[in-house]
Amino acid sequence: MLSRTADNLYWLSRYVERAEYLARIIEATQRLTALPLAYVGETNEWEGAIATAGCAAAFAEHHKEATESAVIDFLAFSRDNPSSIRSCLEQARSNARAVRTALTMEMWDSINGMWLELRRYGDGATSREELARFLRWVQESSLRYDGSAYRTMLRNDAYWFSRVGVYVERADNTARILDVKYHVLLPDNERVGGPLDYFQWSAILRSVSALTSYHWVYRDNLKPWLIADLLIMREEMPRSLASCYEAIVRNLDAIGNAYGRVGPAQRKARSIRTGLQNSKIDAVFQRGLHEFIGGFIRDNNQLNNAINQQFLS
Amino acid sequence: MATAFDEMNIGSGGVRLPYDQLFRWLNEQPQDALDYRRREAELIFRRIGITFAVYGEAEAQERLIPFDVIPRILAAAEWQKIERGLTQRVKALNMLISDIYGAREILRAGVIPDDMVFRNPAFRPEMNGQKVPHGLYVPIAGIDLVRVDADTFYVLEDNARTPSGVSYMLENREIMLRLFPELFARHRVTPVENYPDVLLETLTSIAPHTTAGEPTVVLLTPGVYNSAYYEHSFLADKLGIELVEGRDLFVRNEVVYMRTTTGPRRVDVIYRRIDDDFLDPLAFRPDSALGVPGLMSAYQAGNVTLANAVGTGIADDKAIYSYMPAVMQFYLGEEPLLKNVPTWRCREDDHLVYVLDHLDELVVKEVHGSGGYGMLVGPTASKIAIEQFRAKLKAAPDNFIAQPTLALSTCPTCIEGGIAPRHVDLRPYVLTGRRGTRIVPGGLTRVALKEGSLVVNSSQGGGTKDTWVLDN
Repeated sequence: MLSRTADNLYWLSRYVERAEYLARIIEATQRLTALPLAYVGETNEWEGAIATAGCAAAFAEHHKEATESAVIDFLAFSRDNPSSIRSCLEQARSNARAVRTALTMEMWDSINGMWLELRRYGDGATSREELARFLRWVQESSLRYDGSAYRTMLRNDAYWFSRVGVYVERADNTARILDVKYHVLLPDNERVGGPLDYFQWSAILRSVSALTSYHWVYRDNLKPWLIADLLIMREEMPRSLASCYEAIVRNLDAIGNAYGRVGPAQRKARSIRTGLQNSKIDAVFQRGLHEFIGGFIRDNNQLNNAINQQFLS
Repeated sequence: MATAFDEMNIGSGGVRLPYDQLFRWLNEQPQDALDYRRREAELIFRRIGITFAVYGEAEAQERLIPFDVIPRILAAAEWQKIERGLTQRVKALNMLISDIYGAREILRAGVIPDDMVFRNPAFRPEMNGQKVPHGLYVPIAGIDLVRVDADTFYVLEDNARTPSGVSYMLENREIMLRLFPELFARHRVTPVENYPDVLLETLTSIAPHTTAGEPTVVLLTPGVYNSAYYEHSFLADKLGIELVEGRDLFVRNEVVYMRTTTGPRRVDVIYRRIDDDFLDPLAFRPDSALGVPGLMSAYQAGNVTLANAVGTGIADDKAIYSYMPAVMQFYLGEEPLLKNVPTWRCREDDHLVYVLDHLDELVVKEVHGSGGYGMLVGPTASKIAIEQFRAKLKAAPDNFIAQPTLALSTCPTCIEGGIAPRHVDLRPYVLTGRRGTRIVPGGLTRVALKEGSLVVNSSQGGGTKDTWVLDN
């Protein structure tokens, strides 16, 4: 398969996954800001949203203050932000167009449909209702794309590269949420259980679609270290770092088997996964959650570079 | 200008035989049923993404070519005549190009003037004495035909460079099968869906002699910004071959490779949809970012087949076209089965005088032009336009040829609120491999949607129709 085709497929999946993640962040933040001030304190949740999306520097270039409308516009509709939902979907479409022959009809349909629909939101959403519809639509489109890939693609290298893209992006997103919110997850007895933290925690879970899962797994109230455990260690939680790396290793191995050769990308993925499997959540907290997450994001980027060198260029 | 020949109606209510069933069926259809399916067809096209780009229209970056749901029908006997004529013509085209870059007998015999070849921008001196695999220069030709009466098809244009549009031939048929199954039930229509198979067979059959094992065929596209990109990806998909851009290929030791996830892989045949000028920045335009540095060296070493060959554009030239009857006589000793449109070469003094005197009745075209750009249609042009064109023509008569304004045949076509006759042409695709020439019955019918218009080019408001060749 052409390196360029693999590269396009890999990034196509990453863009769609990122668009969905951004939609979730905006939704979760809206919920937080809708709470009475007494519950959340004097923090600016929209600043947090920008940080969680990983585009604080880019935002500062265009805006002085993180107001609700500025942040929503920047994350959802802005053409100045190369990682806005709009930019992601447009790049996804342009990638898809470049590798049409590697996509199934259903995948093309979902991407092209997204792009056609996107044009209806020319200058952004005009009302809260419309924004809500937009955010739901983005998540549904991502599900549709993901589902059509899963259900219609041949199980060959094209499929595996597109899957690896999904999970590398997802791992990065989950890690970023944890990194920005790590302070509320610290087991600090004085603050645990306060209304502020409670809603912050549920917002974190909501943004990775894990609130219900949490209750099923732990059958317990929201506890910060359990949340961290769920999102880092639990392989049965589809957005956890461990689960993403289980999938990355599996798909890179499939590529390795098909090509009859294993290289730096496979080895790197395996070593990250082993690292996750061997960690205990207590040890993570002792070493420092922030440091742990920072290290993971760096590792994840190195894997991206290794994949790029080994296959995509 | 005479009244146009209509392919369905023969006047006073009579209908030509191939259209018999269609005519009845159309009469049974309520108008809104056709409108409804026309909209449905457009929706499908938009959804599949069959779009094309029009150069110079930034805001309409992706447009649909209008599709007319009423098919254009040819009887088996009509098609057989066309098929024989096309085979003959492409054989002559191939001999002509091979001769021009070889022994040049046709020039020595004085059939075509030297300077018409050597001063032609499509002439490639790099190809002089260059052997191409199996001596085939034009494996894929698109020959534009127009019809003027029940018996006469003229060749309007030869496309020996990179003829486009075949994806519409295939997609139009698919859409028609989806929208009008009951109409197909009343006809025996020869299928076109095997075109990709025939094309792949043609391409693999002309792999270079140095190929070991099954040849690797790729389609080389200029990229997503090219107006025909949809077609490139469509064909690559149907052929099951890689769609490559210049940056996916590289040349080492005069062999072409593509970059794959498993390392370099040798490429044997390149179906290139990119012009000569952009193929290789080392050989042609140094500023081209679309091509592959060193490709010409690999080609000249005989390690890769380019389809079509480099330098075939010379046959697209409309002045060379005017010599085709003599060319066929010279190589084949045969009269052309498909006639040329009578053509005045403005480079010849007496022709120029005639053309200048009759600008208001003639169609004047640039010899190197394509896509319907830069031409004058005398009878429909304003006085001012004619005078402006006169100045252009006088300044550079060598650049122009003129032809009578043909009464192109018309076909029934859906328009706002009904059905009306509109002018059409036909581009069949002629494939020639090591085992001979094959033509999938049919081609692309283009239709001028504006009333009275003779310009069928999609860039100028033309649409397309499905073309049916009936089985006996």
